[in-house]
Formats: sequence, structure tokens, C-alpha cells
Amino acid sequence: MEDFIIIFLLSLLTITAVAIIFMRNMLSVIMLGSIYSLLSAVIFVVLDAVDVAFTEAAVGAGISSVLFLSAFAVTGKRQVLKQKNKLIALITVSLTAAALLYATSDMPYVGDPNSPAQTHVASRYIEQSGSEIGIPNIVTSVLASYRGFDTLGEVAVVFTAMIAVLLLLLRREEDQEIDREK
Amino acid sequence: MLSGLYNYWIAILLMAIGFYIVIAHNNLFTKMIGLNIFQTSVFILFISMGKVDGGTAPILSDAYTVYSNPLPHVLILTAIVVSVATTAVGLALIVNINRRYKTLDEHEIEQQELDQE
Repeated sequence: MEDFIIIFLLSLLTITAVAIIFMRNMLSVIMLGSIYSLLSAVIFVVLDAVDVAFTEAAVGAGISSVLFLSAFAVTGKRQVLKQKNKLIALITVSLTAAALLYATSDMPYVGDPNSPAQTHVASRYIEQSGSEIGIPNIVTSVLASYRGFDTLGEVAVVFTAMIAVLLLLLRREEDQEIDREK
Repeated sequence: MLSGLYNYWIAILLMAIGFYIVIAHNNLFTKMIGLNIFQTSVFILFISMGKVDGGTAPILSDAYTVYSNPLPHVLILTAIVVSVATTAVGLALIVNINRRYKTLDEHEIEQQELDQE
């Protein structure tokens, strides 16, 4: 039953992505992108990744869409959407996808409890984190304690991004004047 | 799983669609959406790897003994937040490009650059 739910949801996701290719209206593209994020959040729930699902729903579908919509409002409504270099793009993409598809033949099956990803550090987290950290949610234990430095790095990235956005958006009028003269 | 690899195939298909949008579309805005599709396909690939048959969400409880792998979940949580940060920077760049060239069409921007020389 779970298999069919996943297959159904993944098919919906693919249809949404294909629709984005052929959409001619900028607003529809943004909204379809939001739907795409929400659908992927549902898939994460079915694949047992509940923390990832609510982050994707809140941040991926929520904040991203708000960012896209506000940038769309600033840049104006007149957007012409068309495709160029279709053949070159199609060839490049097909070659990449074919190489990756070939590589999946070596992958362990989805859900296999004996795959390498399952047998190394993950079992330690599952067995020990309850007594070592004392939080029932293993994802939180790993995020904040075992791999706390990763999270520190993430904060650094978000901070850098914030500085970059502020620098780009709050440019002084004189700088833009100089740009125009050039 | 019907074939066991279906999730990976769909992830690759979605990656191909996102990649195609990035290459073929003229509008910088649509390219950003394509990048987002590409990123989400990688998320699905990772989360699929962490799935264990018969497992449940990795929240400790006496009622369950089999849990899915929490490590990919942590990595992808970080990746989602970073992806929004990079999207914000990309959109800020797009807003600036629009101020300067009054268009978001990459071919028109190229043409304006050529005209100036």
C-alpha cells in the first residue's frame, strides 16, 4: 500500500515539474513551484522523514514562495517566457540522466535494512542517543549534538547569505548612478 | 517497492527536468525555479536512501524497534535551509540585474552588453 502511495505522489511530482517547463505565465510557474515543494513534503512524510517534511513545507513551500513572489512584484509583470537551445539542452540533460540511471544499477534497493547507509553510524545514533542525549527525537539529537558543528556552519551560511542580500538590495543611489554612466 | 529503485529513477528524472529548465529557459526567474526543482530531487534521493522497510519516523518510543536512518534527515534539514538562503541571494541578484538592464531575459541582456561595446 505504502509503495503505491509513494509511486502516486512521485508521479504527481513529475507531472508538476513537467508542467513548469511548458508554462507561459510567470505567476503560474511560481505557484507550481510552491505546489511542487508541498508535494515533496508529503513524500517526505511517507518516507518517515517528518522533520524534513515540516521544514520543507514551512521553508521550502512557504518562505521560498514569498521570496519569489516579492521578487516578482519588484521586477514587474511583463515577463516573456520562451525556450532557446532546446536541442543542446535536451542532449546534455539526457546524457547526464543516462549516466546517473546507469549508476543506479549498483544502488541497494530503497528500504533495504542491510544497505551500507543503514549499517554504519546510524545504528549507533538509534541505540545510544536516548541514553546519551536524552531526547526522544533522534534527528534533533544528531542535529544539535553529534553534528552540532554542521549546524554551526549552516548558521554561518545563512548569515553570509543575509549580508549578501542586504548588500545587493540596499545599494546606494550614487553607485547605481555610476553603473548607469558606465 | 515495485522495483526497489523507482524512487531513484524519479529523483533522476526530476533532476533532468530542473537541469533542462536551467539550460533552456531564457528567463532568469524560471532558471531559479529550475534550480529549486534540481535541489528537491537531491533531497528525495537522500531521504529515499534513509528509508528502512517496516521502519517508523526516528523518534524513540517503546512501541517501535525499527527506525528509519536519521542521518540523511539531518543532512537534508541543513540543505533545505541553505537552499532558501541561496535562493534569497539569487533573487537579490535578479532584482539588481532587473534594475540595471530593465529585463530578465538573458538573451536581451547579452544583446544590450553587445550594443554598448
